[in-house]
Amino acid sequence: MQIWVGTRKGLFHFTLDEKGPVLAHTAFLGDPANLVQVDSRNGTVFACLSLGHFGSKIQRSNDNGETWKELPMPVFPEKPAEAEDLDPIRKDPLDWSVKQIWSLEAGGEDQPGRLWCGTIPGGLFTSNDCGNSWSLVTSLWNDPARRKWFGGGADFPGIHSICVHPEDSARVLVGVSCGGVWQTEDHGATWRNTAAGMRANYMPPEQEEDPDIQDPHRIARCRDAPDRLWCQHHNALYRSDDGGESWVDLGTPAPSNFGFAVAAHPKDADTAWFVPAVDDGCRVPVDGRVVVNRTGDGGNTFASLDQGLPLPPAYDLVYRHALDVGPDGRVLAMGSTTGGLWVSQDGGEHWELVSAHLPPVYAVRVVGDPS
Amino acid sequence: MVTVRFTSTLARHLPIKEWEVPAGTVGEVLGAVFDGFPPIRSYVLDDQGTVRHHVAVFVDGSNIQDRQHLTDPVPDGGKVHVLQALSGG
Repeated sequence: MQIWVGTRKGLFHFTLDEKGPVLAHTAFLGDPANLVQVDSRNGTVFACLSLGHFGSKIQRSNDNGETWKELPMPVFPEKPAEAEDLDPIRKDPLDWSVKQIWSLEAGGEDQPGRLWCGTIPGGLFTSNDCGNSWSLVTSLWNDPARRKWFGGGADFPGIHSICVHPEDSARVLVGVSCGGVWQTEDHGATWRNTAAGMRANYMPPEQEEDPDIQDPHRIARCRDAPDRLWCQHHNALYRSDDGGESWVDLGTPAPSNFGFAVAAHPKDADTAWFVPAVDDGCRVPVDGRVVVNRTGDGGNTFASLDQGLPLPPAYDLVYRHALDVGPDGRVLAMGSTTGGLWVSQDGGEHWELVSAHLPPVYAVRVVGDPS
Repeated sequence: MVTVRFTSTLARHLPIKEWEVPAGTVGEVLGAVFDGFPPIRSYVLDDQGTVRHHVAVFVDGSNIQDRQHLTDPVPDGGKVHVLQALSGG
């Protein structure tokens, strides 16, 4: 097993064997690596950097982190002079310029070279050549409802989750903060919002059920039962049993239903993991106690797992891309805003501290054998 | 001809050097550099060709006025400095 960790001050690569985790590589030390992704079709590693002064960059490694090559960035077309494109809440002009790569996923097994890339301020891009060139998905960008999207956490909206259907690569679901859940069945030619059932308690009552302003913090799909999806929303937990067409509110399990991350068991449709925090006004663990909430029955009940996680007082927050489960469904890794990194090799029952002193962790990816 | 220099912090990401290019507007001067070394463009300008929010461009010691269309003139013999605005922690 391997664990890739993107942090505020660089990218870290650990290998995991029976003796535990070992640091294999560091890369881009000092630079924010806000996202890391590994293409399971060919092992290609992508690191997305957010250089504070010089913009977002994508780096690719074809040799598991030994060497890196900077790729062209996705670029928006020229903004039409007459286009009034404003953030609907603050009325600030929305720049047609990539602020950050916020999601990057491989296409289907039948689409070698296809990548999907979600950005802040809300543009979705595709590549058919492993990231050597990019095209804006104009069907989604030009949808009138896109003008209703607004920023959640960041100043402008962003696409943070991309779920390619494992049995039909034409079907792709994306999650937008704040813009709901969008699906295509035709490789991105047309889109529709399927956030029905979600409710936004941060909006006036008249708009609470508007699908276009929902804030799914993160959406994860079960690999072997792809109609089952999980969503950590801004103010709720949801499960979908029909491929994201509708969403079931899972209530408020202890200690809270607020958080950012969710991981779906790749084989067991009824198992998922969440990392709760107090609420949107107090983004720390409840009572200073770091736990991972796991359900094994489709979200009817949850167990708060904490063996090996820090004792109170601890104020680690886990961002939306900083929890991942490996393809076997047993190995998990989790990184926090205070630089903690933990690994579990038994589905979250027990956690091992890898480091308490990494830079703030933005993204974690677990790579390994699906057996 | 004019001289174009880039902040040394860019050397962490790209090979940089001092450039000698024909005088013109800031857009023309930087364009000549980008023609000679395309990768540096996206480090200085955003998708719409505007100077990045945290990048500063000076001509003979003065911050340029037009960060969007890059129309400030750079006279023959002038010096252009591309620097980073201070930020971070």
